[in-house]
Amino acid sequence: MHIEVRLFATLRKGRFKRETFEYESSTPAHILSQLNIPHEDVAILLVNGRDGSFDQPLNDGDTVSIFPPVGGG
Amino acid sequence: MRYSRNMNMLTHEENNKLKTFKVAVIGCGGLGGYVIEMLARIGIGQLLCFDGDVFDQSNWNRQLLSSEDNLGLSKAHAAALRVKSINSDIEVHAYDVKLTEENSNLLEGCNIVVDAVDHVDTKIMLQGICERLDMPLIYGAIAGWYGQVATILPGDRLLDFVYKSKKTIEKDLGNPSFTPATIASIQVAEAIKVLLNKGDILSNKLLFVDLLNHDYEMIEF
Repeated sequence: MHIEVRLFATLRKGRFKRETFEYESSTPAHILSQLNIPHEDVAILLVNGRDGSFDQPLNDGDTVSIFPPVGGG
Repeated sequence: MRYSRNMNMLTHEENNKLKTFKVAVIGCGGLGGYVIEMLARIGIGQLLCFDGDVFDQSNWNRQLLSSEDNLGLSKAHAAALRVKSINSDIEVHAYDVKLTEENSNLLEGCNIVVDAVDHVDTKIMLQGICERLDMPLIYGAIAGWYGQVATILPGDRLLDFVYKSKKTIEKDLGNPSFTPATIASIQVAEAIKVLLNKGDILSNKLLFVDLLNHDYEMIEF
């Protein structure tokens, strides 16, 4: 199955903005591990534009979007 | 004459109505300085300015209320002085303390609260306080080239989704002059729309702004 991964802000550094990967099966946690992104660097995790969880099974055609924590004032 | 250039984006009735509102701004630093400036100029009737900190030299690159003349001055008092110099019709109260659960009764009677604090834990605490007091919270956060804004209506609990991790990146990225000004402007526009029940607001939505790459993402929760 194909999963599109979108990275935002600092998570793009040394990685990419948007890429499609092919997996037999996957979860957001699996993708983060493959991209070497620690969970603590993830503030917003979206699956198909909606709030997602690290361990939810992904389906063919899903888009996973990952944002780092922005918290200054 | 003072508000002539607020017309016709606001009606006379709407502009007059702004004088009846009481708005609290929590934090008078990067975001807060710009937020307070804009709320004062547009003509909000009462402003409550909270900040337990004083100015130091590291504030000069971005905090509108800081200057070479006011090092060591309470940020909340600097905010009140600025408001009075811009618009003496405004009733402004300076609180040079951190807002906590214990002193949150100071917010009673406010129509809206603007988040301009620089810690995730404080932002989440503010969400809880505003829910308990049944007040809309205009959330804003910045880090380097990036920022985000939302309007959190009581019960929405948006920040529970926005901070899966509370480790933030602004300590690594710093904050320039223009990101707080951008995010503060959107926060004030949100505040005015919520107060006047006008236009579309970022309710259950988060606007993510990336000024480096011009990525503007609207996330719906």
